[in-house]
Amino acid sequence: MHPKAIDWIIMGTYFAVVLGIGATLKRSMRTSTDFFLSGRAIPAWIAGLAFISANLGAQEVIGMAASGAKYGMATSQFYWVGAIPAMVFLGVFMMPFYYGSRARSVPEYLKLRFDEKTRGLNAITFAVMTVFSSGISLYALALLLRLLLGWDFNTSVSLSALIVLVYIFLGGLTSAIYNEVLQFFLIVFGFAPLVLIGLKDVGGWQGLVAGLHTVARSRGFAPDAWLSTWSVMGSPHENPMGIDWFSMAMGLGFVLSFGYWCTDFLVVQRALSAESMDSARRTPLIAAIPKMLFPFLVILPGMIAIAATVHGGASGLTLPRQADGHLNYNMVVPLMLGRYFPNGMLGLGLTALMASFMTGMAGNVTAFNTVWTYDIYQAYIRREASDAHYLTVGRMATVVGIALSVAAAYVTHRFNNIMDLLQLLFAFVNAPLFATFLLGMFWKRTSGHGAFAGLLAGTAAAAVHHGLTLPARATPGIKGGWIAVMHLYPSPMAQNFWTAIYAFGVCFLVTVGVSLATRPRPERELVGLVYSLTPRQDSSAARWYRRPAVLGACVLGAAVVLNLLFW
Amino acid sequence: MGLDIRIPVGALFSVLGLLLAGYGLHGGAALAQRSLGINIDLWWGMVMLVFGLAMLGLAWRARARRR
Repeated sequence: MHPKAIDWIIMGTYFAVVLGIGATLKRSMRTSTDFFLSGRAIPAWIAGLAFISANLGAQEVIGMAASGAKYGMATSQFYWVGAIPAMVFLGVFMMPFYYGSRARSVPEYLKLRFDEKTRGLNAITFAVMTVFSSGISLYALALLLRLLLGWDFNTSVSLSALIVLVYIFLGGLTSAIYNEVLQFFLIVFGFAPLVLIGLKDVGGWQGLVAGLHTVARSRGFAPDAWLSTWSVMGSPHENPMGIDWFSMAMGLGFVLSFGYWCTDFLVVQRALSAESMDSARRTPLIAAIPKMLFPFLVILPGMIAIAATVHGGASGLTLPRQADGHLNYNMVVPLMLGRYFPNGMLGLGLTALMASFMTGMAGNVTAFNTVWTYDIYQAYIRREASDAHYLTVGRMATVVGIALSVAAAYVTHRFNNIMDLLQLLFAFVNAPLFATFLLGMFWKRTSGHGAFAGLLAGTAAAAVHHGLTLPARATPGIKGGWIAVMHLYPSPMAQNFWTAIYAFGVCFLVTVGVSLATRPRPERELVGLVYSLTPRQDSSAARWYRRPAVLGACVLGAAVVLNLLFW
Repeated sequence: MGLDIRIPVGALFSVLGLLLAGYGLHGGAALAQRSLGINIDLWWGMVMLVFGLAMLGLAWRARARRR
């Protein structure tokens, strides 16, 4: 890959616009609400695009392309099953409580609904997680820049951290959201030509289908294994993921997806910044529309690359191999950028990747500074202070958050295993969350003690399940089985889905049990926080397509059609 | 909010579109070799320019309406 002046000019133009946005927005950051929640004034379509972009970090882009090559069309289940239903549920059913309660963060909702200890547990684990996730983004970016441009690790880390720092420090959440919108369009415009040229390379859609049949046969699967979703999930041995339909639907489609999209403050924060209740509810629904189509942008390149590698294409594109002889799937995107894009487009593709790294990091930093300021600093350190004081604290938290991310990037660089361990711990903490929110929002009897005990028990269940099971062909340790190996799963993904299912189940049962044994909060305190005690949200929008329920039904219908098309 | 998002998006894509299309026009066939015979810089640059101008147009219309 040999960038020329034109590529650097394109990247430079993007960075100038990013910093310009921050500088322009500085004037409108007057209160802490401006800084942390964009003054609750963002139109639904902007919040919606930011909502998906915040999740579409570059690791996701590179990882989805890699999975597309490894598993084929079934990867799109992470979108059509693992995102769309949860996003619709968030918009139609949950947003009235998040937005309507005027909570400024997800942990603050837990405080309003349950009690201080449940909020504290969630706020602290979330703050730690965001700092590390942002550090991992930074680390991955530096690795990629070293690979593509030959940049030094220190230079990449400090330069990207500095740019993110400047634009958030100046423009707060609004800056982050605007950059997410920018990134959304950059990814669309940067990747669409990659797919088009790639399809031409393998002989169009027909050629891709023929190529993927060869791929599937060469690996000992039915010819359609790389082109289907549900039809090859009768048993885990019929598909390269090693997943059966039940763990796909329950583990990914229900527990993991609802746990992430409906409770993670990183995405929910984008909806809380919307200008009205209707806009907040429409945010995830609007986001769901491009989200449904993203597989064609981010997964298809992987499918093209594997077809070209195994079956052959016009340009002779071939995935490189790792030292152990396995194909290096993570190279799909860098390889295709370098092979298909002439200078000029190369600059655009690199800009799109850098933009998604930086928004991935910025999303975590904005969520961190909000939770730190409202749920930790204001709750436990200094309760009554002026709004201007909290605005300053928020700006300082941005600096500290980024400094910690840089530190985390270096820790990851030095000790890769520590990162695997931490990500595993986060997965244990996150797995049971949705049970707590589901019971909290829809069962008025749920008590604070019940929620807290349920969360702890769910996390413990996740850890124990992981300690007792192991994916096939893995050695006990970080992959599982560190207590004893009682059960073997066909793949790490299957183990992961079942860990989530157990954590959810245990959290649900313990929360119900402890709630029945403890005293619930008086009903008058729960108005606006629980479904049965809150007046129905009648949408004020006159046009049918602006009503959340109608929009939600249309989105779900479209997702069903996509599932049937690629059954 | 102080800043209509369509202005920076429109400005960025108009400028990038012009840069790409200009470079594609100038580079011609030599560039197209890589992308299987398509002068992708030229064509995609023009698509981006149209998108950028459309965004700026929407921002301009919204501003005129508010007055």
